[in-house]
Amino acid sequence: MAQTRYPKTPRDEQPEAGVESAETKARGPFSRRQFLRGSAAAGAASAGLLSGILDDAAAQGEPGVAGPGAVDMAFKINGKAYVATLEPRVTLLDALRNHLDLTGAKKVCDRGTCGACTVLLNGDPVYACSVLAIEAQGAEVTTVEGIGSPADMHPIQQAFVDHDAQQCGFCTPGFVVASAALLNRHPNPDQDTVHRELGGNLCRCGTYAGIRAAVAQAAGGGTTNG
Amino acid sequence: MRAFEYSSPRTTEDAIRLLSAEGAVALAGGTDLLSLMKDGAAAPSRLVNLKAIPDLTGAHETDGGLHIGATTRLGPLGEHRVIRESFPAVAQAIAGVRSRQVLSMRTVGGDLLQRPRCWYFRAGFGLVPMHDGQSMAKTGDNRYHAIFGNAGDAVFVNPSSLAPPLIALGASATVLGPDGERTVAVEDLYRTPASSDESEFTLGAAEIVTGVTIPMRSSSNATYEIRNRKGFDWPLAAASVAVSDGGARVVLGHAAPTPWMSAAAAGALAGGISEASAEAAGDAAVADAAALSGNGYKIQLARVAVKRAALAAM
Repeated sequence: MAQTRYPKTPRDEQPEAGVESAETKARGPFSRRQFLRGSAAAGAASAGLLSGILDDAAAQGEPGVAGPGAVDMAFKINGKAYVATLEPRVTLLDALRNHLDLTGAKKVCDRGTCGACTVLLNGDPVYACSVLAIEAQGAEVTTVEGIGSPADMHPIQQAFVDHDAQQCGFCTPGFVVASAALLNRHPNPDQDTVHRELGGNLCRCGTYAGIRAAVAQAAGGGTTNG
Repeated sequence: MRAFEYSSPRTTEDAIRLLSAEGAVALAGGTDLLSLMKDGAAAPSRLVNLKAIPDLTGAHETDGGLHIGATTRLGPLGEHRVIRESFPAVAQAIAGVRSRQVLSMRTVGGDLLQRPRCWYFRAGFGLVPMHDGQSMAKTGDNRYHAIFGNAGDAVFVNPSSLAPPLIALGASATVLGPDGERTVAVEDLYRTPASSDESEFTLGAAEIVTGVTIPMRSSSNATYEIRNRKGFDWPLAAASVAVSDGGARVVLGHAAPTPWMSAAAAGALAGGISEASAEAAGDAAVADAAALSGNGYKIQLARVAVKRAALAAM
């Protein structure tokens, strides 16, 4: 196993960031992430007040035209229903991260180039930064949180762990979602297919070899590097 | 990104009406438009989503050829049987888009009407960026700029993946607007603006491209693109070639402010494709190319792209 190749450091004993385990909860009520979540909820409450005013203004506009103020939106994400009151200019990525408490998709380039924000829209991988939230209503959205959980990992997630397919880890959620989509399209991909289908994701640490090996393992094609 | 109104009509009639408002812009795949808006290079007051209009999506065979709706995504189009069997030039151009996410999102109409990648334009200086009466692109960094049609101050390059193969194949575009529908050759969607106040497209106010039609004539056709890496990036040079009984067409992409049709290269292929005629077509294509201060290397790339597209079509 890749994680046993190096001596353990104190950091290795820490639970993975963003993982809600019994251990994190036991550390007390003031973890950084939980604190941020509390602040976000307070922000959402005040945004709700403002949106009521904007709704009234928008209601006087042309029929079938929403905004520019906030409007009520409904989403289906990872099989669950969500509602939010957002301006039409809010991207799906910002809606997920800033309003719906789904921070798995990452904001890196915000220009449809790096792939860190990859989510599935009706099963197709898309850049959530380049989709408006208002457009995603009525679609099945799947984020990395819906691919698998720490307790019940998707085979590609286990393979990323086994092959140390991340360094800083910031591109990892996007790669996991893109890899899951790749395996849906091509259950037994050759290396060219893996290169092509993951071409829309960048890893600045350069862990591509590990990622390709992880895809090969998840596809049942062994653990060849490269 | 500035705040805007949003609408998602179900019919083209409603779309045209909604687009008639001042500052309204059509939204298709969003892969280019949303980035432009985040960069402040576009600031529409209203977006009209075209993707919920059933008439605008999908490809089907008609008497006139293969009709492709404007909001058909590139990924599914690349897998269409007729595209794979009869129009490899289109399939190869789509395969050049090395991002599954973009293939899932970008539409045919959006690809044809995407805005140039010119960094002066993207930074907000306009399509024809001028400073003290001089072209900023000509006096500045122009390594990715035009090698044809660059005598004036507009030296950006057309970025469309599909325009070169569609023009080579003689495709037409259907344009719908407040005054009704018209059909134009795909090459006639484009023009070279004289100033940043003008558009690089010939579409009128509130007009949209509703689809393209590729005539079903038998041809040897191919696209060849050259990039500085195999991954997801725009090409440095691209060429599409189609040779049929009716003659040959050679169209270069990323070479000029419009997709660049080379009559000289087409002439070299009129008698058929061979190693010798492919070589001659490459030479002929760049005979009248003119480098700017930093893009001379693109002339050789364009020559090779034409030659290899012809050989791939053979």
